[in-house]
Amino acid sequence: MSTDTPAGDGTDASADGAPSRAELAARVDELEASLAEVTAEDDQKKMSIIATKGTLDMAYPPLILASTAAAFGYEVTVFHTFWGLDILHEERSKNLKLSSVGNPNMPVPNAIAALPGMDRMTTRMMEKRIADNETATIEELLETSLDMGVEFQACQMTIELMGYDEDDFYDGVVTGVGAATALQDMVEADIQLLV
Amino acid sequence: MSSQYDIAETLDVKGASCPMPVVKTKGAIDELAEGDVLEVVATDSGSMSDLDGWASGTPGVELLGQEEDGDVYKHYVRKTE
Repeated sequence: MSTDTPAGDGTDASADGAPSRAELAARVDELEASLAEVTAEDDQKKMSIIATKGTLDMAYPPLILASTAAAFGYEVTVFHTFWGLDILHEERSKNLKLSSVGNPNMPVPNAIAALPGMDRMTTRMMEKRIADNETATIEELLETSLDMGVEFQACQMTIELMGYDEDDFYDGVVTGVGAATALQDMVEADIQLLV
Repeated sequence: MSSQYDIAETLDVKGASCPMPVVKTKGAIDELAEGDVLEVVATDSGSMSDLDGWASGTPGVELLGQEEDGDVYKHYVRKTE
């Protein structure tokens, strides 16, 4: 048997070319360090939402999920693009509309729902229900989420496309970002949603 | 009705609906010290499941118990870290 290695001297490579004890110890240290890194990164949960819709009903899901995830301790980013920008728009967010056409669950036929003033009426009905049920308003949810540290991003390309100004948005909204920023957030996130 | 827990603070979210009971509970817990128990009083029937889910998914909190008292739902949450 020629496998005996000198005890207490782990620095020499063994005669058959196998890694020495010191090399193995260094390799173990290296693996433990990278494992610690991976575990530490996993501790901070992240969620990334892309919000593309600006009707009153579709403004709720991203904000409810964002504030709830923040309550769970998640780091949350919501990237708003196209009509989703209206949720972050200080003026427009207070006047989000509900469409009375195109939704077969509405209690009025599309032929009547398409008449002038119908969107205003269905929006008022929904706003009354929101108030009666003490459901949070869009503005409340947005302010609450901002307070909780949710990062709201306004897509630069669609800000320009819609003719909005960067000052039109709530304080704290991040502008000057694009798809690559959103993609990087999605890569790092535990949960990714397109709303 | 007195509670079996030593309550540091009571949060009244009666009337508020999803997601506010959970969101406000998180805010109230952040203000407390380690070991303190928060009582959450809600009328949202969804809060029974939601507070339970929040407490199991959130580090640093423990749901001690939940009670249904007529139209009112009471939740007892301890801050553990």
